[in-house]
Amino acid sequence: MKVLVPVKRVIDYNVKARVKPDQSGVDLANVKMSMNPFCEIAVEEAVRLKEKGVATEVIAVSVGPTQAQETIRTALAMGADRGILIQSDTDVEPLAVAKLLAAVAKEEGAEVVLMGKQAIDGDNNAVGQMLSQLLGWPQATFASKVEIAGGKAVVTREVDGGLQVLEVALPAVITADLRLNEPRYASLPNIMKAKKKEIAVKATGDYGVDVAPRLKVLKVSEPPKRTAGVKVETAADLVSKLKTEAGVL
Amino acid sequence: MAVLVVADSDNAHLRDTTHKTVTAALQMSGDVDILVLGQGADAVAAAAGKIAGVRKVILAEGADVGHGVAEAISETIAGLMGGYDALLVPATSAGKNFAPRVAAKLDASPISDVIEVVSADTFVRPIYAGNALETVQTGDAKKVLTVRPTAFKAAGEGGSAAVEKVAAASATGTTFVSEEMVKSDRPELTAAKIVVSGGRAMGSAEEFQRVIEPLADKLGAAVGASRAAVDAGYAPNDYQVGQTGKVVAPALYIAIGISGAIQHLAGMKDSKVIVAINKDADAPIFQVADYGLVADYKTAVPELMAALG
Repeated sequence: MKVLVPVKRVIDYNVKARVKPDQSGVDLANVKMSMNPFCEIAVEEAVRLKEKGVATEVIAVSVGPTQAQETIRTALAMGADRGILIQSDTDVEPLAVAKLLAAVAKEEGAEVVLMGKQAIDGDNNAVGQMLSQLLGWPQATFASKVEIAGGKAVVTREVDGGLQVLEVALPAVITADLRLNEPRYASLPNIMKAKKKEIAVKATGDYGVDVAPRLKVLKVSEPPKRTAGVKVETAADLVSKLKTEAGVL
Repeated sequence: MAVLVVADSDNAHLRDTTHKTVTAALQMSGDVDILVLGQGADAVAAAAGKIAGVRKVILAEGADVGHGVAEAISETIAGLMGGYDALLVPATSAGKNFAPRVAAKLDASPISDVIEVVSADTFVRPIYAGNALETVQTGDAKKVLTVRPTAFKAAGEGGSAAVEKVAAASATGTTFVSEEMVKSDRPELTAAKIVVSGGRAMGSAEEFQRVIEPLADKLGAAVGASRAAVDAGYAPNDYQVGQTGKVVAPALYIAIGISGAIQHLAGMKDSKVIVAINKDADAPIFQVADYGLVADYKTAVPELMAALG
């Protein structure tokens, strides 16, 4: 069983995004970039499936600039077998990303697409669901537990107010939530080995997908700032201020 | 233009996230209908018809849509979109699960987590965990939006829209197995007027329950937690407030032993009044707090309980 794992190069989780003064976007020059944390969880899960003998091959695919090869290398160092970079120097919207991934999933004959539920830059939480729709495959999003056997996946999902269990027939699209696993750190020998693994470089045009943006970004601005209020000395002060000044008790 | 709003419900009760999404829809158009998807959801449809400004209510009932199966829901919605120019869905975990599917089916670029309607085709949404706000304009003939309910006021009552029934689609490759909902007498986190949240400083699940829960119960509040506390296993995942958890905007938010990581602030910074209790005077949470108490929670929370009487 082939598992396809889409990965995205994004601003590092620990770096605060800063808006450019001309409001044209977020400043990514000289900013540390890493693999999107939800993608890391998806790679980990796919590699575990291979270690358990459920998956035969794990393919990491990324849509992004040349530097996204580094992100694919990270996936290869974690245990993915090979990579595909669909190169694009401009931002590709989730709908077009889903179309590109659908083409790759079909071409590769993947039986499971395992991916992060959302990227921490655009925060769309949309590609997995759209991919499932485009492929006509079942979806199981926000997974906190995945069990694959007998051509089916039983997926525990994190929903508002609790957990839901779904059974999906393969091929299917599964998106990872935070508690699915704790991704490993790649060992030095595996990082060295990853350098020899193959990354195929493709263009968006190779898949016949129109990646022209549908949305026009008019501006990117700073959110309104909250200002620090006052420090109170005691819990009793606090309660009295909440009652009289703020009027919320 | 006509707008379809998808109701948020548990099959028995209409949630006020629906009313808030209707407010966003009414800012786009005067022609707003509500779609209720569920099973045995007559009461939900009746409640939806009472929302002021709503033209009509469509009720689609079936086992799969009642269990929130995304394939069945998106198929049902797509079948109705011929009569609409925009679809607005509350940005809950259920809404986020199916809305992008409808967009893909309509070949539209979805717009997630809208916090402001600028005009019928232009919207503001947070990106980078709320560290930036993006204003986007769409040229899609059919627009698909998820709406962050906490950013809009609830539409009022007073409507009397009729309910029309349609058939719901079912799913083929996806089967609902079970669900396990956390039962609680406390208000729901995203709907509560007061939220008391605990952080990693609690140190254990026992301490979290001993400190946070009695205070919440005294205030009639919902219980929240930082991601650090959830990751450490001190609180269940559905308590998590933040970019990767729930976004809340109560009248009063009390953060106890929470440092105030960016990702947590993204989930609560729209609260009306924020109180922070932390022994570290330099904790970033104090930069957004209206009232800060620099103290160890171990002494501050009992004092707070006493002061509340």
